[in-house]
Parts: sequence; structure tokens; C-alpha cells
Amino acid sequence: MLIYKATELVNFAQGDLLMLGAFIAYMAVVWWGLDYWLAFLISVVTIGVFGALLDATILRNVIGQPQFAVVMLTIGLGAMFRTFASVTWGSEIYTLPTPFGGVWQVGGVTLSHQYISIVVGTLVLCGALYAFFNHTRIGVAMQATSQNQLAAYYMGIPVKLIFSLIWAISAGTAAAAGILLAPVTLIDINMGLAVALKAFAAAVLGGFGSIPGALVGGIVIGLIELYAGATLPDGFKDTAPYIVLLIMLAVRPQGLFGTLARKKV
Amino acid sequence: MRFQFKTSYNQDIRLFKDKVDASWYGLLAVAVLIVPALMSDYYVGEATWVFIYAIGGISLMALVGYTGLVSLGHAAFLGIGAYGHAYFLQHGVPWVVSVTLAVAITTASGIVVGLPALRMTGIYLTIATLAFGVIIQEVFSRWESVTHGFAGMPVEKPTIFGVPFHDEWSFYYLCLFFLVLVLWMTRNLLRSPTGRAWIAIRDSEIAAQSMGVNLAIYKSIAFAYSAGLMGLAGALFAHKIAYLAPDIFTILLSIQFLLLVIVGGLGSLHGAVFGAIFVALLPPLIAILRDSIPASMNDAAAAMNIKLLAIIGEGIGNFLKKPGVEAGIFGLILVLVILLEPLGMYGRWVKIRVFFSTFPMYRGATFKRQKSYMRSERLR
Repeated sequence: MLIYKATELVNFAQGDLLMLGAFIAYMAVVWWGLDYWLAFLISVVTIGVFGALLDATILRNVIGQPQFAVVMLTIGLGAMFRTFASVTWGSEIYTLPTPFGGVWQVGGVTLSHQYISIVVGTLVLCGALYAFFNHTRIGVAMQATSQNQLAAYYMGIPVKLIFSLIWAISAGTAAAAGILLAPVTLIDINMGLAVALKAFAAAVLGGFGSIPGALVGGIVIGLIELYAGATLPDGFKDTAPYIVLLIMLAVRPQGLFGTLARKKV
Repeated sequence: MRFQFKTSYNQDIRLFKDKVDASWYGLLAVAVLIVPALMSDYYVGEATWVFIYAIGGISLMALVGYTGLVSLGHAAFLGIGAYGHAYFLQHGVPWVVSVTLAVAITTASGIVVGLPALRMTGIYLTIATLAFGVIIQEVFSRWESVTHGFAGMPVEKPTIFGVPFHDEWSFYYLCLFFLVLVLWMTRNLLRSPTGRAWIAIRDSEIAAQSMGVNLAIYKSIAFAYSAGLMGLAGALFAHKIAYLAPDIFTILLSIQFLLLVIVGGLGSLHGAVFGAIFVALLPPLIAILRDSIPASMNDAAAAMNIKLLAIIGEGIGNFLKKPGVEAGIFGLILVLVILLEPLGMYGRWVKIRVFFSTFPMYRGATFKRQKSYMRSERLR
């Protein structure tokens, strides 16, 4: 969703970047015996650089073509990443050891540090991104690039660099999300796909191109899934978010916080 | 180069451009008809897959290539057609009626999906169809009284008006018949006002609307027609695969159909058929290469006394044997096609033909596209 905000490119490979990030962190922690935080940093930076390279080498060529070309391109890239992962790491399921072992007792509810780490991590990430987009020069430049490339270019914004930067940030975010998720979903080559589909649902629900929207959308999707799993018959747990999504799209296509206007002629 | 002097509109929309064109297609028809006599059952079976995929490809081509609505949920339509047909057959409905019913159901579901789609554009539509695909797949696995869930559902061989189509070659002709029928229907539709309205919508919704095209009606028709064809493909698919299970009709299959349309070439019926040949024949090709590359590399190494060749061959063979490699190869080809030849195989074919027909006069910039800057889709 971050990439969409800036470049209007929808990245279907996001889930696979997430998976790669988790795998790199796993390698760093388990194979090389590095510290968790160092591994986190390595993974995010590696995937971030990788994202920038992807943009510079492949995705820049399709700018200006219909959005659909990009969608297919990222689907293709995602398939390649998955194959790469399955050839490199095999199809086993890994667990990432984390330093968050304990549990907190808060008013009778047991919260494991794992889940708290995810919540805190997400909040910190989103807060940082939100601030970055709205209060820094580069962030504003990214928004400008998103709205009109040509105008942004005329205003002296290095559009290409900004694009690479956006991809780097977005890929890095995906890697961070992958590492945060790793203890809960476990690491395997298909972890990305499932997460990415839900993330899309969340992004659409909240409205593309809106970070608070994405967050709210994610929470809503999560809650729907939880309640559907608890109250409705078996099988609704996985489909309920999508049913809500379909209704949502039919009723209010722009999402909760999105903007959608028709071009004036 | 042959020049055509068009003197009337009817001449412009003829099925075949001229007599030469028509005779080439006639030759192709003869070749396709006699092929099963020359090939073993295995290859006839693979060719049947090509026909089924081509019907699906034409279905998606009408929607994606001509109307510009991208769907990631077509595996669901295929599944509805397949399950519907299998269900009716199990309950003793005659074949022709069963296929008609299956197509009708799929068309209806296409309209249902198309209705909310009328309000959405671009990526929102893609995601809505994706959501539809996921829901339908879940329905397949849960609605056990009809689909038998993960236990699977056997499909008997087709018997039409008492004539059995049980072996590979007779089923080949059945699929060929339907493919030709679908091609003919779609071609006719495309040269009618409906087809022109679709293309107008694809190129610019606003311009189309200004010209008096009713977006809602034509988009619904596109969805319904596309879904109906997919239902037909599904019915044939059910016979071919002989055993239905919910995990066939995943999003990956939808992606495969999109890949077919893109690799073949968006916006051409030739493209759908080319793409079908590609998608249906690549997996067996990989399977053949998997065994033959190491062997032939080994022979070459022995002949030329270079050990490295044998090791490389072994490596390629082992790589191709790993699970999931096929998806990666599809992905790689997809990326290459989009980057290097956005018009797909048919686009390349047209370029080659123009090169030879204008031979010494070919200009490199004939097909060069104008550089474009992206404007926000939100304001489109």
C-alpha cells in the first residue's frame, strides 16, 4: 500500500518480499548465530536495497503502461521469488527464535510478549511512516510524485530516485513485517501469499493510498476474521473478510478513507 | 505486400481479410483435423488441453483484452462450470442439457459478479474478483452435498445423443468443435456493435460514454459472456481432468489464465490461442527437458571430453526437478514478456510478418510507442 501511495503501482510481490525478509532473518539468527536485533537490521536493509534494485532494473520500464502490466509483473516476480526460496531453503517450515519469551498478566488476560512485540512493532512502523510522509521533505516529494510525475519533475524532484527510495522503504517494511510475523505464522515459502491477500483486503477496505486507512482496514479484517471464526459455522473464518470486502467494494469502492474522483474532461 | 482496397464497411468486417487469408485458415483447419491420425494418444491429449485452455483464454481475452476489465477470479467460473456440469451429469441429465445448464449458471454468476464491478475500476475490480475467487473456492470445499469437498468428485466420460466420446481422439474432436464454435461466436461478437463498444470502453471509458455507449450494459455483457465461455471450458475441463477437487480452482489457476492472455498477446483472438499453446505445453516440455538435458549434456561431454558440461547438465536437471520451479519459470517468462514484448506472442508474430512483407523497407520505429508519463489513476 505504501508503494501505491507513491507510485500507483500495486505490488503483488509484497507478500513474497515479506517471506524473503523472514528467511534472511532466520538465516542470520540460526545459521550465523547473530543477535536478533542485528538480524532484523540486516534483513530490512538487504530487502530494502533489493527493492530499490528491482525498481531500477525492472519496474522502471513499465512506468506509464497500464496498471495491469505492473500487477502482472509483480505477480511474475512473486512467483520467481517463491521458486528461489523453495530451491534455496526447501519447503520445510522454520521457526524463528525471538527474545520475546515471557508473558504479561494484565487484568487476568495473558498476553505473550510475542504478540505485544507485533502490536508495538506495527504501531511504531506505521507512526514512523505516517510522520515521514507528512512531515519530511522527501515524504512530501513522494506524495507529489504520486499525484503527477511530470509536474513533480518540473518542480525539481528527482523522480527516479524517489521511486527507488519508495520501493526500498516499502520492501524494507515488508521485511520488517515478515520478521514480526515469523514467530506466529512460522516461516515457510507460502507464508507471503496468505498474508498478502489479507493485506490487500485490508488495504482496499481502508482505501488505497491512506496509511491510517490501511491500519484501520487491517484491524477491521482481523476482527471480522476473529468473530466469524468464533460465531459463524466453520469455513466462514477465511471467507468472511472477503465477503465483507466484496460488499464494501460494491457499496463504497473508494474504501473507508480513500479518495476516488472521476477525471474531469 | 498485399494491399487491400476496401470499398465498403461490410468488406472491412469480413471474417477473413481476403481469399489468401481464408485459404491459410483452411490449411490450418485441415492440419488440425488430420493431426490425431499422426500422433500418439499422449500428444492428442496434450492438444486437447490446448483447446480447453484456448476456450478459457478467449473467455478472458473478451474481458481483459477487449473490455479492459482485469479479473483474477476466473478459476472460480471455471470451477462453477466444471462442478455444475459434473453435478448434473451425476443426476442423469443428458449431456447437452447439462452443458447448457452449466453455462447458464456460470453466466448468471458472471452477471452477479459483474454488477458490483460496474462501480469499480482498475485494481479495485481485480481485487474484487480475487475475493470472489477465494470465496468460491471455499464454497467448493465446504458444500459437500454437491461438490463432495476434498473427497473429490469423479466425472464420467461424455456421451452425446448415445454417441460415446470416450477415447482421446474423439474427445479431441469434441473440444476442437467447441473451440471453433467459440472462436466464430466471439469473432462475430467483436465485429458487431457490442464488440466495438467493448473496445471503446477499454480505450477510454469517458470517451465511450460520451459517444453513447451504456457502460453498465456493455460491461455486464462482457462479464456474462466471459463467464459463460469459462463455464463451457470448465465443463470440458471436468471431463479431461476426470476428477474434481477444490484445490484445483485456486488463484494460481486464475493467474495462469491471465498469463496465457498476456503471453499470447492482449487484444487478439490469435493471442488467446497462442497463449493456450504456450501454457498447456510448457509443463510437459519442462518434464521432457528435465530428463533429456542431463542425458544429452552427458553425451556431449563424453564426445568432447569436457567434464564441466556433464556437471552443468546434471545441475540443470536437478534444478528442474525441484518442486515449485515450474511456477518460477512461468513467472520469469511473464516478466520477460511484459518487459520486452507487451503485445505478446501475437504482437511478435505481426512484427515478423510486417518485416518480411515490407522487406527492404522495414522501419525500426514502426511499432515504437509514444513515451508516456503516468498520471494519477485516482483522478481518471
